[in-house]
Amino acid sequence: MEDELLQILESNPDICPEDLSKILNKDKKEIENKLKELESKGIIKKKYIINWEKIGIDRVYALIKVKVSPERGRGYDKVAERIARFNEVRAVYLISGEYDLEIIVEGKSLKEIASFVSNKLATLDGVKSTVTHFILKKYKENGEIFFEEEKDYRLKISL
Amino acid sequence: MNKLLSKIEPSGIRRFFDIIERFGDVISLGVGEPDFQVDWNIREEAIYCIEKGATRYTSNQGLLELREEISRNIVKNQKIYYDPEREILVTCGVSQGLDLALRTILNPGDEVIIIEPCYVAYKPLTILSYGRPVVLKTSEENSFKIDLDELKRKISNKTKAIILNYPNNPTGMSFSKNELKEIADIANEFNLYIISDEIYDKLTYDRKHITIAKYIKEKVIYLNGFSKAYSMTGFRIGYICCDEELLRNMLKIHQYSMLCAPTISQYAAIEALRNEEKILRKILPEYKARRNYVYKRLNEMGLKAILPDGAFYIFPSIRSIGIESEKFSERLLFEKRVAVVPGNAFGEDYKYNIRISYANDMKKLKIAMDRIEEFVKEILKLKEEIK
Ligand SMILES: Cc1ncc(COP(=O)(O)O)c(C=O)c1O
Repeated sequence: MEDELLQILESNPDICPEDLSKILNKDKKEIENKLKELESKGIIKKKYIINWEKIGIDRVYALIKVKVSPERGRGYDKVAERIARFNEVRAVYLISGEYDLEIIVEGKSLKEIASFVSNKLATLDGVKSTVTHFILKKYKENGEIFFEEEKDYRLKISL
Repeated sequence: MNKLLSKIEPSGIRRFFDIIERFGDVISLGVGEPDFQVDWNIREEAIYCIEKGATRYTSNQGLLELREEISRNIVKNQKIYYDPEREILVTCGVSQGLDLALRTILNPGDEVIIIEPCYVAYKPLTILSYGRPVVLKTSEENSFKIDLDELKRKISNKTKAIILNYPNNPTGMSFSKNELKEIADIANEFNLYIISDEIYDKLTYDRKHITIAKYIKEKVIYLNGFSKAYSMTGFRIGYICCDEELLRNMLKIHQYSMLCAPTISQYAAIEALRNEEKILRKILPEYKARRNYVYKRLNEMGLKAILPDGAFYIFPSIRSIGIESEKFSERLLFEKRVAVVPGNAFGEDYKYNIRISYANDMKKLKIAMDRIEEFVKEILKLKEEIK
């Protein structure tokens, strides 16, 4: 049932245990326990995605590529961890190609991000160079598309 | 005017349209097409086709490349082979496939066995091909299974074909391997064609769909299309697979009445088949969850329904409510703003069934089920009070 449950949760994130119990033909209590278990194991995690721009609060994001020197024994992990621990950093990826890490940084203003990069990131031990791309507009994120939803063109009744 | 047309009644569903349009807040469970959008790979291919100018006629039979993909797809899913050069014809949907099949095999007065409840096109298309529909009814009590003895009794020396549709619109029921074998044996014994409308085959939830063509390929006219699994209803594209000689004769009609299926849709269909697994991976678990949910809710509120094997319909009984389905559907629409299709649209006997389509997202289905439950409770309460 776990696979099926996870699939349903992915496309219906706000479904309630009672409805899940109907879909999976299981006891509601059993579903609740399963959900708790999945949560405690870190398999599922609930999180609100807030579109701050909609209420006029600006957030600035930058995509930063970083060259680092790997460390004996721990490779890239140690420097990656040091970067990941900053609250400003929303995502860190080890990537192939010319650069080693790609990170996404969030701030209130360009200035705030610029200051983070020059004061914190670039000065970290192991960071050799950075290149910063400010994000100008988001079109799609985490599978969520930021265009108007498509209209339902279906006839209301068809046989 | 063609006298046959007087035998064909316009669809009674039209009436509902106007009412729905008048109210704004109706949740329609009366829709016979998927709610999922056509996958972007497919749409992008159609756009690209127009851009590069691949907008000409194709061969009458359809693009060979598409027929080859269709052939491969059937081998992959059903382990049977149709020759793309000689045994596959691309049509404007299963609708045209049905029309071609009937026009090709029937002489005036020939009989076609139609199993009710069924899709609305079978009877009129048979009549328009100068055939005579002979109805075999199935009932809820027997889980809409065919009574084989009754089937045999319906066969006369005029009988040319049986039309099968599985998974079925409106019940969602399919046939088991054994049932298919038994029907195949009967078709063999009485030398009948089987027109097998398998348009919902990919939408089968608890097991793999099996085609009857596995058991008597030479007598089967296999119909399938892109409207349901790929949501490509407006592309108007489908296909027929059958015996070579039959196909050659169908082509005589098709080349003059249709010339070819829409070219852009043909290219889009190739892309659809190439993305099949990815698309089904997305939609099947969702349809299955909805089916289970709606099935449970309906049975809990006292509208007895049989668990459908596939498609996106469920056909609950409303007998316990004591109102006929036309009245029930109309009142449900007026009082609770939920649209369903009365069962008698699929056969005159089904006055105490309604067809519910779960091609709607879970949130809408939940609201709709709550509203139907309210409606049912109110009626039953009133009945109780009158007593
Ligand atoms: C059983 C059945 N056959 C055929 C069709 C028509 O399909 P197409 O769009 O391929 O013409 C439908 C559509 O609702 C259907 O339910």
